Amino acid sequence: MSAAIETTGLSKLYGRTWALRDCSLALPTGKIAALVGPNGAGKTTLLHLGVGLLDPTAGSIRTLGESPRENAEVLARIGFVAQDVPLYDGFRVREMLELGRHLNPSWDHDFALDRVRRHDIDLDQRCGTLSGGQRAQVALALATGKRPELLVLDEPLASLDPLARREFLGSLMEAAAESEVTVLLSSHLITDMERVCDYLIVLSAARVQVIGEVEELLATHKVLTGPPRDHVAGADVISATHTDRQSTLFVRITGRIADPGWSVHDVTLEDLVLAYLAQPTASALPGPLGGNARRDRLEARA
Amino acid sequence: MIAYRLDGRSGLAPYLQLVQQTKDALRLGLLHPGDQLPTVKEVVGSIAINPNTVLKAYRELEHEGLVEGRPGVGTFVLKTLGGPSADHPRLRRRLERWVVDARDEGLDDPSMSALFDATLRGSLRREGIA
Repeated sequence: MSAAIETTGLSKLYGRTWALRDCSLALPTGKIAALVGPNGAGKTTLLHLGVGLLDPTAGSIRTLGESPRENAEVLARIGFVAQDVPLYDGFRVREMLELGRHLNPSWDHDFALDRVRRHDIDLDQRCGTLSGGQRAQVALALATGKRPELLVLDEPLASLDPLARREFLGSLMEAAAESEVTVLLSSHLITDMERVCDYLIVLSAARVQVIGEVEELLATHKVLTGPPRDHVAGADVISATHTDRQSTLFVRITGRIADPGWSVHDVTLEDLVLAYLAQPTASALPGPLGGNARRDRLEARA
Repeated sequence: MIAYRLDGRSGLAPYLQLVQQTKDALRLGLLHPGDQLPTVKEVVGSIAINPNTVLKAYRELEHEGLVEGRPGVGTFVLKTLGGPSADHPRLRRRLERWVVDARDEGLDDPSMSALFDATLRGSLRREGIA
């Protein structure tokens, strides 16, 4: 499977602070990926490196197979919606789309017009007077109107009310259904992400902590409850809480839970993200690194 | 045409919720052979879910022989499902009488469901099925 974004040892230093450190990941083509993590974890930095707005301090990033800084032609194949949804406030919606037409060689004007009209947005309205939801829809029309192979969105839902959020995600999914575009979007709204995303990247303190298919991550993580114990055969313990009668363990399954003393519960994507973020030393990464950190710690303690 | 919805708290995987809702529509006579299911684009646009979730649900329905995907056209209903109420009026009447009796004896709805489930499991065990 080819990668829409691939990074190796990618690092970015701001002054004396690492915004991103030794980040190696691959986002397979065709995925709809959620990028989540606390504020300041490096999400925006990663997205800006991906679309060529920043130079890495160390390591490399390839977007659609190209280095976005060295090979600017690749930018025509990427749609990007920045965090503050930049539109020219004095422009009418129609003029904004005309601008898109003039700036993008692969522009599909009918497609962009159709997207805007579908949301009852008046083409003669000035962008500065649009509601938050309408603004986001126009920005999405601009980003998808260039018919990109990769769509990158930085916190597109942050300023939207629940209804506008649902409508925005609906039109994003329509765009994905129509054109096999790879989507990478950052958000704090994990329950929304669980509906729309099939791939998850968790960034924490400038590093990649979890990456993988949502379905696989949910299948391999469970909550176990049973008599007080802090380890279990067939699983790595990510986090544990104990009372005098019962232990609740959040685990990553590595084998089979044979001990009938445990009752096994499914987890949601939100459970999973929160469990990892609460344990910065734990990780779920492909390859030999996966899940080792926490196990090493437990063994050291035993 | 039917409209899907997604219940975030159902505990059932989203694609299975779509499968279930389609089957319910077939049982209730809302869908008939030859009817078209909503397109993937329509479903994801209205309830904001991943397109693959819809594809997976439609594949499952196809696998069960209930619908047929026609490339480039859409997904169409092949056959309908008999509803339990339509097919077994006698059983339903007796069950309704049972519910009245149970309520007389002070059972609430969850207790009735639990009793029914426990009886079902007990009978399966006696027959050596589970």
